[in-house]
Amino acid sequence: MTTEEATTARARPEPIKAVPVRHPGRWIAVAVLAVLTAMFVHLLVTNKAFNWSFMVDKMFRPPIIEGLLRGTVLMTVSAMLIGVTLGVVIAVMRLSDNPILRGVAWLYTWFFRAVPRLVLLAVFGNIGILWSRVEFGVPFDTQLGQLFGIDNLQLRLFGFSSRDILTGFMAGLLGLALSEAAYMAEIVRAGIQSVDPGQTEAAQALGLSRGQLLRRVVLPQAMRVIIPPTGNETIAMLKDTSLLLYVPVSVELFFQLDAVGKRTFQIFPMYVAACLWYLFLTSILLVGQYFLERHFGKGYGTSGRARMRLRGMTAEAGGSAGVVK
Amino acid sequence: MPTQATAPTAGSDLMVRAEQVHKSFGPLEVLKGIDLEVRAGEVCCLLGPSGSGKSTFLRCINHLEKIDAGRIWVDGDLIGYRERGGKLHEMRDREVAAQRRAIGMVFQRFNLFPHMTVLGNVTEAPLLLRQEKKAQARERAAELLERVGLGDKLGAYPGQLSGGQQQRVAIARALAMRPKLMLFDEPTSALDPELVGEVLDTMKDLARDGMTMIVVTHEIGFAREVGDHLVFMDGGVVVEQGDPREVIAAPKHERTQAFLAKVL
Repeated sequence: MTTEEATTARARPEPIKAVPVRHPGRWIAVAVLAVLTAMFVHLLVTNKAFNWSFMVDKMFRPPIIEGLLRGTVLMTVSAMLIGVTLGVVIAVMRLSDNPILRGVAWLYTWFFRAVPRLVLLAVFGNIGILWSRVEFGVPFDTQLGQLFGIDNLQLRLFGFSSRDILTGFMAGLLGLALSEAAYMAEIVRAGIQSVDPGQTEAAQALGLSRGQLLRRVVLPQAMRVIIPPTGNETIAMLKDTSLLLYVPVSVELFFQLDAVGKRTFQIFPMYVAACLWYLFLTSILLVGQYFLERHFGKGYGTSGRARMRLRGMTAEAGGSAGVVK
Repeated sequence: MPTQATAPTAGSDLMVRAEQVHKSFGPLEVLKGIDLEVRAGEVCCLLGPSGSGKSTFLRCINHLEKIDAGRIWVDGDLIGYRERGGKLHEMRDREVAAQRRAIGMVFQRFNLFPHMTVLGNVTEAPLLLRQEKKAQARERAAELLERVGLGDKLGAYPGQLSGGQQQRVAIARALAMRPKLMLFDEPTSALDPELVGEVLDTMKDLARDGMTMIVVTHEIGFAREVGDHLVFMDGGVVVEQGDPREVIAAPKHERTQAFLAKVL
């Protein structure tokens, strides 16, 4: 008590006016970087190999825009949709009590993560060699027919020619989506396992079924852990659509730019154009990821704490705090 | 709030009956034959040193833990199994879940759903499971929250509340399912000392309204004041039980004496 009174009674000392610590290193770094930047800009402007006017002229041509919209954007969206959905299924299988489902899920992730995506796409581009037609119906129908003495029994509902669905876009989509599902399964599994087991118990104690507690309690909380790496996966997927060159998928951004480059012998400018397009598209995704993360962070971490701080401040100011409506 | 009128089961008003309950985790036998009877409207306090198996026993009552031997009945229904032709059949997840709906549980660490508002936490299960209308569920949730003294926090997230407030929301969440039995697993052990009182007051209030409660606790004062029955457990067995005031004032067994001497 006495010390407190003493400090308040004494006059406030003068504010500190000290000489700040100098940072000469920072100035040197600025100077070095300024020189390097100047050199880079000089290169961009003066080097004829860039052939800027040619590049700008070609990079907005209709086939390239179509490749961008279908082969890159649509492919990324479709592959991620299938990949995430299948990934959730595989993750849930992986965490299931059923040892067979667990084993199958493990085998799936093992295979698709062990084979490089480029190789996988090349395989899927040629997978049509296995069947001339893809048909849906009763499996082993001819064999079953033979068992009962019926020759060439066909129990098929519908089918497609392999040339129609196991080439180009569909083969590429299949390759990317299946491979993505394996990575997503691991991400989703980590997310589900990150949720406090007490949450599951509380939901069980209330009488929620397994499906309900997964859907309403565990997955929404797992989202916080799942979203950031999924954003990265989406960005990686967008870039990996350039691998479709090896399926091959012709209606695709990099295929088209590469083709223009090879046809005109202006390969380097078209590769720079590819860099610029991918930079542009990825930047858009980064913005989207920011908003998604903010949405799923509700009730946690910084935003929650910021709100708490705000309440604390109004309380100190004598306002009626705590009336959160 | 009155407890739900429980259908009088054949010749008894027992809410919980446990017979020779055994439970092991691997080689460790945690429960070595627990017998317990709790009448409807009674407050039963489970006391004992940590590791005595009281929390485990509580979790067996709503089948969060599977028991290895013995039987537990809640309101006349065998928990977790169906007896048919002298043989026990395991219940499906769905049936176990249905049994749990009549048993509310409050945890030491609250376990509120952090991604839902207070109102969302309380209305979630009634909306999903009782198929209540949204307006009706909200109204009842608001009533319950008013009752636990949190009528002004409907829109807050659990992370913005103090521990005591969170635990009171957890109580309201359990009550929203209109349980006939409430289980409390050390409800005040994770709280700062000055927040314990508000949670205990809420529980006293509930006991006064005639809710059947089983409370695992270290709060001797609560057991003495509110408890109708006290069970002292140690080493996986019931060492002593009886009227809380008598047991606390004059424990007969030496282990009860030793424990009470330490906590009083």
